[in-house]
Amino acid sequence: MTVTTPRTDSSEVRADSKSPLLEVRDLKVHFPVKEGFIIQRKVGVIKAVDGVNLTVYPGETLGLVGESGSGKTTVGRAILRLEDPTDGQILLEGQDITEFRGSRLRDVRRQLGMVFQDPFGSLNPRMSAGNLVGEPLKIHGLTQGRADYRRRVAELLNLVGLNPMMAGRYPHEFSGGQRQRIGVARALASRPDVLVLDEPVSALDVSIQAQVINLIKDLQDQFSLAYIFIAHDLSVVRNISDRVAVMYLGKIVEVGSRDELYNTPKHPYTKALLSAVPTSDPVLERSRQRIVLEGDIPSPLNPPSGCVFRTRCPVATDECSRIVPELRSVQGTQSAACINGDWYNKAARPNEKSSTPQEV
Amino acid sequence: MTTETLLDVKNLSTHFRTPLGTVRAVNDVSFVLHEGETLGLVGESGCGKSVTALSIMRLVPSPPGRIVAGKIVFQGRDLLAMTEQEIRNVRGRDIGMIFQEPMTSLNPVLSIGRQLREPLELHLGMTKNQALSKAAELLQLVGIPDAETRLNSFPHQISGGQRQRVMIAMALSCEPKLLIADEATTALDVTIQAQILEIIKELTDRLGTAVIIITHNLGVVARYADSVNVMYAGRIRESGSLDQVYREPKHPYTVGLLNSVPTLDLDADIRLEPIRGEIPNLADLPIGCAFMDRCDYAVERCGESDPELVELDGTHLGACWEHERVSRVITGVTV
Repeated sequence: MTVTTPRTDSSEVRADSKSPLLEVRDLKVHFPVKEGFIIQRKVGVIKAVDGVNLTVYPGETLGLVGESGSGKTTVGRAILRLEDPTDGQILLEGQDITEFRGSRLRDVRRQLGMVFQDPFGSLNPRMSAGNLVGEPLKIHGLTQGRADYRRRVAELLNLVGLNPMMAGRYPHEFSGGQRQRIGVARALASRPDVLVLDEPVSALDVSIQAQVINLIKDLQDQFSLAYIFIAHDLSVVRNISDRVAVMYLGKIVEVGSRDELYNTPKHPYTKALLSAVPTSDPVLERSRQRIVLEGDIPSPLNPPSGCVFRTRCPVATDECSRIVPELRSVQGTQSAACINGDWYNKAARPNEKSSTPQEV
Repeated sequence: MTTETLLDVKNLSTHFRTPLGTVRAVNDVSFVLHEGETLGLVGESGCGKSVTALSIMRLVPSPPGRIVAGKIVFQGRDLLAMTEQEIRNVRGRDIGMIFQEPMTSLNPVLSIGRQLREPLELHLGMTKNQALSKAAELLQLVGIPDAETRLNSFPHQISGGQRQRVMIAMALSCEPKLLIADEATTALDVTIQAQILEIIKELTDRLGTAVIIITHNLGVVARYADSVNVMYAGRIRESGSLDQVYREPKHPYTVGLLNSVPTLDLDADIRLEPIRGEIPNLADLPIGCAFMDRCDYAVERCGESDPELVELDGTHLGACWEHERVSRVITGVTV
């Protein structure tokens, strides 16, 4: 199958809900740290993403949660090949796109879209809203003639709740919420199958945040899009996701369906994250127990041995510094990586090859 | 909590002159803060909550800003009538402030010890050595490990969470009567945010310090505040105890805010009910209620005159003509 496969093929794949749309296998993105002027020596490596596996099915939303420095944005960027993976594979509809270059990469990017966090920095200030939204149409040659182009741009602006009359305006003439709508319209222009949304609402005011969240949800229903929703706000992620993965220092520590993860979190980090989020019910707040983690996220340049979370973990034991925990099945679709979990040693091991946890 | 009044803001108005007209950032704001009380000041960007704080500290950048009217009575004295020298003795000593951006509010070229020493020497007349040992003690108090050596560090050498701890240590160093925390944890990760808020709560409880928490995060207020002021377009629209405002909101804007945020205690599949439209242009506010265009309860009267903040039920105040019709229906509570 070549990349220029007509869309009819991909909708056939979609019809079969069991086959994943996007798969990330053992993804690693390492950044070299260099020192010296003119003659640079490599003095270390930052393991921004270190062995991440993800699967996204057509039409679903996978939430990717974690604190700054957890590598969630790098995963998103690697999926779009905005960052070159050091190791691992990215499969779109079963096709390995990791090594794609040039025009093949451009073609496959039509199927992938990205919405960025910063609605101010991610739009070229010298392009009008219409041109911003229309650019992907031109790049991928998706419209025939001027009239068709204009009609499609107007349609896209309408879709995200902007008046097509505003097409001639420039980004600075729009509010933050409207700019984010332009970002969404731009990402949708090439009719992608997967959209990576990197903190799409965190820069917006709460009332505007809700508008954009609802818009994103409605568009998903309308076009049966698959989303990878990257955010640090656990309440927002819960509202939008079908499944959720929690990242810490380049690794996934827990993954599961939304209800599994939020109702019965297993990993101590997930538990701490959830308890750190205040609700807006004062009565409930008075009775809620809060797990306050100590210290900061460690430097990815020099991560702790064994379990990366052990330096802040309330239940860490000596064992944790020696054993790198792997994701093991808890129940249903939920997996977590903690050797102190009661399920951990009972769990069916994922495969024979990695059956023994690595000794450090 | 005592009922002694610590801060009494009366009809405060702070305006900014801009090329597009006068922005009434704070417009006739009045509220009272008691000793040891924690007040949450909530609202979206541009609602005037930060300018209210800056006005209390007399730090409004001028020009273009100017406090045009009102009184700010703190411990019986009007801060607005003080000379520059007098207000400098209040700032940092009786009123401490923590800002959102710990990187820009610390001086990058001075060591942390040097910066922590300053208020102690200036306000409490300590010698350099006294101040240094006190500074180390303060750093320990806010949970910075290895405090002695940290005194020699510079702001860029420590993490964002640590910087915010240094800011807290500095703001509380002279044991002020009032601490203003302006979006103090907004830029931080959730687990760090939890740490910082717990430290602020623990220390201010111990010192009996009153706190004004300025934030757009309704959850933070729900957890830490005793009372709440909701601001919109330069005015307080609703005010009362935490339970009054959160559980029985009487202003459509408060209801809108609460319905806009997904929270962990509500049903996960709930559809958010955003407030429609956008924040109005502050330089060109309508004659009537500034929230009218976004309000589901708006009637003709709302376009004619802006409702005053009036007593609805004891300490519960609201500024809405239609407050009797306003209520929040909470759907899908799971916890």
